[in-house]
Amino acid sequence: MFLFAMRRIGTGFILFLIVALITFWLLSFSFDSVIAQKLGTAASPETIAALKSEMGLDRSVVVQYLDWLQGVFHGDLGRSLYTQEPVIDAVPPRMVVTLSIVIPALLIATVIAVILGVFAASRGGGADKGAQGLMLFGYLVPNLLVAILLTVVLAVNLHWLPATGYVRFGDDPVGWLKSITIPVIALAIGGAAAIANQVRGAMIDELRKDYVRTLRTRGVSTRAVVYKHALRNAAGPALTVFMITFTNMFGGALIIEQVFALPGFGTYSFNSALQVDYPVLMGLTVFGVALTLGVNLLTDLANGWLNPKARIY
Amino acid sequence: MSAPTTVTAEVEEKRRGTVARLIRDPQAVVTGSILLLMVLAGLFANVIAQHGPNEASLSAALAPVGTPGYPLGGDQSGRDILARLLHSINTAVVSALIGASVAALVGTVSGLIGGYFLKLRGVTEWVFTLIMTFPGMLLLILLMPVTKGDYRFTMLIFGVLLSPGIYRIVRNMTIGVSNELYVDAAKVSGVTNPRILFRHVLSVVRGPIVISTAFLCGTSISTQSGLAFLGVGSKEIPSFGAMISEGFKNIHLAPAQYLWPSLALGLMNACIVLFGNSLRDILQGAQPKPQKIAVAHVAQGFEALDIDTGKASLLSVRDLGIAYRSPAGDLNEVVRGVSLNLKAGETLGLVGESGSGKTQTAFGVLGVLPNEALVTRGSVRIDGKEILGLPEADLINVRGSQIAYVPQEPMSNLDPVYTVGKQLIEGIMASTGVKRAAAKERALELLDRVGIPDPAKTFKSYPHEISGGMAQRVLIAGAVAAAPRILIADEPTTALDVTVQADILDLLRDLQREMGMAIVLVTHNFGVVADICDRIAVMKQGEIVEQGTTVDVFADPQHDYTKMLLNSILDEDTVRSDAPVLVEAAGGEVR
Repeated sequence: MFLFAMRRIGTGFILFLIVALITFWLLSFSFDSVIAQKLGTAASPETIAALKSEMGLDRSVVVQYLDWLQGVFHGDLGRSLYTQEPVIDAVPPRMVVTLSIVIPALLIATVIAVILGVFAASRGGGADKGAQGLMLFGYLVPNLLVAILLTVVLAVNLHWLPATGYVRFGDDPVGWLKSITIPVIALAIGGAAAIANQVRGAMIDELRKDYVRTLRTRGVSTRAVVYKHALRNAAGPALTVFMITFTNMFGGALIIEQVFALPGFGTYSFNSALQVDYPVLMGLTVFGVALTLGVNLLTDLANGWLNPKARIY
Repeated sequence: MSAPTTVTAEVEEKRRGTVARLIRDPQAVVTGSILLLMVLAGLFANVIAQHGPNEASLSAALAPVGTPGYPLGGDQSGRDILARLLHSINTAVVSALIGASVAALVGTVSGLIGGYFLKLRGVTEWVFTLIMTFPGMLLLILLMPVTKGDYRFTMLIFGVLLSPGIYRIVRNMTIGVSNELYVDAAKVSGVTNPRILFRHVLSVVRGPIVISTAFLCGTSISTQSGLAFLGVGSKEIPSFGAMISEGFKNIHLAPAQYLWPSLALGLMNACIVLFGNSLRDILQGAQPKPQKIAVAHVAQGFEALDIDTGKASLLSVRDLGIAYRSPAGDLNEVVRGVSLNLKAGETLGLVGESGSGKTQTAFGVLGVLPNEALVTRGSVRIDGKEILGLPEADLINVRGSQIAYVPQEPMSNLDPVYTVGKQLIEGIMASTGVKRAAAKERALELLDRVGIPDPAKTFKSYPHEISGGMAQRVLIAGAVAAAPRILIADEPTTALDVTVQADILDLLRDLQREMGMAIVLVTHNFGVVADICDRIAVMKQGEIVEQGTTVDVFADPQHDYTKMLLNSILDEDTVRSDAPVLVEAAGGEVR
């Protein structure tokens, strides 16, 4: 288990280096626009060159990348080009905002998905068709529309919940709950649909297996067969989708954050991207990739716990 | 080469059928027509609307619905909402086409390569893990400076980000198809790899790709509108997202403005959903039917009496019929009016070729037929009490304690995620109602009784850690845990080594003597029958063609089919010398 985790962290680290390099390389095309934004369009070539060399942008991309990487290993992600805020301090609080809507949304989505997926697979027939339609609808209707519909109904018309804004949990727990309710629902619907579809497919596969029949012939109750045996076996394949859904939600939270003016990871990325604030963008990449890799590792460990065969590494 | 050609031809025929069936499906026709109309409206946007999408006129600012020249009114900049809406359709369609085609192309090509060429699989796996590691939407934002606001470029990247889903589907199916015999045949006959991939593999994976593409289109449109809503991309491009965003800002001035693009976007995606749904139903066929066994007709008036004693038999099956529905909807009976009698303590051999309906009969008696099966008629009684069609909750009390089952394939009949011990305990508690501690004691006792050398160790083992022969012993232990009166053993030795087969039969015989069980032994092996059975019932094409005592049937088979089976088995035994157990056993009984 420990060795396996170490190996995954090792490959994850290599993956991180590559992702960071690609991102850095792609961003390097826009370094000129940074200078233009700083100096305005009327700057003379000399001033541009001077600023470039001052910022170190006249060096080759690889050298700059290695320079940046060296900083990363010393815990220094640089400072925002515009606010001078250290990146390493700026990202975590915003990540907390995003995670505080993504994690509840993921939990709600999972619960709904398991109920819906198991219902569809174990009932079959009309129940299955209905559940499948529901899943497809949830999957494809843009969460933007869901968010707007909920806002118009719950906030603008009924005044039950605030339309926009974020309240910190520490300041006002009830206000926090109110401020995340609509965003969480909007995010959860799409995620629930994606996971439910996988749970349904995996459950159908499991319920057709021989061991299910054999357990039934021993007088084991249907409930135990479905939930204790089939669902646990089906959880492995479903976990993979769970992981992908988390990544998608984390990225997709961006739109929701914008709609509801939540000061999260997505909003921060968006604003930084507009300004090509590349130290911040690279910092966001570091945190984003680390989070994804962390979740992937946890998923694999959970999979090993669920499936004893996968435990032998 | 003939085999591959036929398969391709079949797929071809199936595909032609798909279009025909789509046209007959009202949901597909309606949603397909709406989508087509939307696309056409977008293409003729300049003809339908009187203004360009970015043509602003001060006088039209916030013009109400129905203003001449502005059928849906104007937005806050005085642009024609209808024109913008129609042009937004084009943006959505282009986004869908780019996103879906890039994802489908990249995913399919890599999936074929990764699935077919074992050596390259490591590389493709790695690349797609990398792609999945990127938080998609975030990357699109991060790359804004690179894409320069061109949504087409953005959708191209998005297509790559979407491709892992397609990759996995295609890879898995390709791995499956590569192992098929007709692909091997093509390889052997010298067909080149690209040709095999193109002709044989692609034709099989086409269905799932077509279905996924519908959903890729929907996802692409949602993403593009989401990005446009955020203001990513050029302001010159009219799009649903941008329109919703503008309308939302004016929600108090002109509450209806965000409604038009929302409705159009919702309609478009809903149609894609429903169309994709129809497509999937047609290409992937019906989903599993309800679990409960539908008993069309339970036979009345059949006296389940023992012929000899006049009392009710232990198990009596009368006129049992089991059918499956063909894709066309016709009922296809696989068990046709089977009647069987089983006295306490006796062993009945249910013999026949594979596909003769033996196993279906066994499942029908146990009430564990697959969901698709339909019990068309008949009666199954234990001590004269009807159990066919009983609700699952009542059957649970009968199974395990009255009637039990030993399966054919030992490994697949154990749940891989629980230890052997846990599974045994669960069955014992369910069928006898004892407490956990007592159940554990009983489980260890049983493992010892069925001849497992180290019961405590096996108890703690997972199924993949024990051998097939051991697993079969475990399954027998599980079946006899509550000392059932009837044991149905479905080819209990077929999947095992010849050396283990005789031991398992001996074990069954010993357990039968100890517990006084009656056994129904389902088999195609006359040697096994001769060894252990008192009576035989021979099945052919779902019907019992001959029943009698083992000695009578072996000495003087009445039905031609029985004669044929007997001859073929005996011939085989004399030719092949690798099954001495069977020859010896058969000889012993017939004497």
